[in-house]
Amino acid sequence: MAEYSAWQLLKHAFTGNTGWKEAWRKPEPKPAYEVVIVGGGGHGLSTAYYLAKEFGIRNVAVVDKGVLGQGNVGRNTQAIRSNYLLPENQHFYELSMDLWEGLSQELNYNVMFSQRGVLNIAHHPAQLDQFARRGNAMRLNGIDAELYTRADVARALPGIDMSPTARFPIHGGFMQKSAGVARHDAVAWGYARAADRLGVDLIENAEVLEFIKDGDRVAGVRTTRGEIRASKVAVAVAGSTSEVMRRAGIDRLPIESHVLQAFVTESLKPVIHTVATYGGGHLYFSQTDKGSILFGGDIDGYNSWAQRGNLPVVEDVMAEMVTLFPGLARVRLLRSWGGIMDMSMDGSPIITAGPLPGMYLNTGWCYGGFKAIPGSGLCFAHTIAKDEPHRLSAPFTLDRFQRAYAIDDKGQGPTPKWH
Amino acid sequence: MRIPCPFCGLRDGVEFSYQGDANRTRPDPVSVDQTVWNDHVFNRVNTRGVHREFWLHNHGCRAHLVVERNTVTHEIVSVALARQFVLERKP
Repeated sequence: MAEYSAWQLLKHAFTGNTGWKEAWRKPEPKPAYEVVIVGGGGHGLSTAYYLAKEFGIRNVAVVDKGVLGQGNVGRNTQAIRSNYLLPENQHFYELSMDLWEGLSQELNYNVMFSQRGVLNIAHHPAQLDQFARRGNAMRLNGIDAELYTRADVARALPGIDMSPTARFPIHGGFMQKSAGVARHDAVAWGYARAADRLGVDLIENAEVLEFIKDGDRVAGVRTTRGEIRASKVAVAVAGSTSEVMRRAGIDRLPIESHVLQAFVTESLKPVIHTVATYGGGHLYFSQTDKGSILFGGDIDGYNSWAQRGNLPVVEDVMAEMVTLFPGLARVRLLRSWGGIMDMSMDGSPIITAGPLPGMYLNTGWCYGGFKAIPGSGLCFAHTIAKDEPHRLSAPFTLDRFQRAYAIDDKGQGPTPKWH
Repeated sequence: MRIPCPFCGLRDGVEFSYQGDANRTRPDPVSVDQTVWNDHVFNRVNTRGVHREFWLHNHGCRAHLVVERNTVTHEIVSVALARQFVLERKP
């Protein structure tokens, strides 16, 4: 019987809510596991879950330097979409879309997945042509996409400035209706609990200090909670990738760490019904179920390991938000925060065996990692279990740069601050 | 963040644009070694701490600078002219 259900709620209500099991155990680390995953965020936890569920590898530990889900999985703006131009990206992100649709049932945990659509707004005819090209590319690969007229945009986003005298007047838009949002914390907690119930040990407050090696081969990790040996060690630590990999002796990777800020306002009545992006600058926004408007823009633009941003970007993002929604100018900002992004050289992720024997690496999510948590976990688990890439993540191995097969959806070249 | 420009003095960070990692050295242009070029174009050390990087004072004197900046605290450790830095680096 499902652990969380209406019936269970009722039963526990009558017994004073004293019988709930904790969401996951707090086990002491065992001396050895089959697989150790470094990083207890969305990607690490989903990888652990799919290793246990799809590949029958349950002797798994996830180690994190802090508590679970406190990094980027708890800091993002929750958008889920697969509206990419290149077929490699389309197929890979569409795998996640398929998994998102059944995720609450699969994990028996309400991740509040809501397919409210993602609307990219176009501000001039050339931009709309670009969107038509991208939409057609998606439809060729079986993903839904619609071109929106000015009237469609006005209907989808009441309150938006449709005036012809706007700084960048709205010309149309591009909608993926199957896209949407999910509650980010619930995704981490849901995967954590589901993995725990399958026997995965989630070990918090265990920072990796060093990788243990048998000759060339990585054979475990030395953590602040002791030594843990494993025949396979997987790393999924987002913005901290370069620093963690340095502890394994890998000094150079196609990654730069940059800070991305996000913002949330006080709660309002429903005014924004989709996720949407501004095409005159760089801004994306949605309204949470609690009523807050959740939005963000560009990364700060220079390498940063500080989990906080600087004011020029704050001003820029606010200006863009008010340009689109003059009526929201007086709404108060509740919080802003920053997260460290693992910006890759082509804007696409890296899911790979290596770079050392016995090691597996999942990184390079730029600022789009949240949407890919289910598919990334499944593909990474496949790579770890079978020592070969999943069909859909095969284009995303680390050696693609050497092979000159960069997957550059935006066509920006190897300049991480532009992806 | 404010950067002390050698010509203009202490100026607001928005006047400058970031031009990336200054630790990279361009391989010999006649080299056809794929591994060397791949490493130069794509790989970075991605320092956590004091990082040497190029900045352009594009809304000021337009000088190219090499700034040493702490990537955790954004403290500026040193600023030099890029030309001087590159000439001194040459063997």
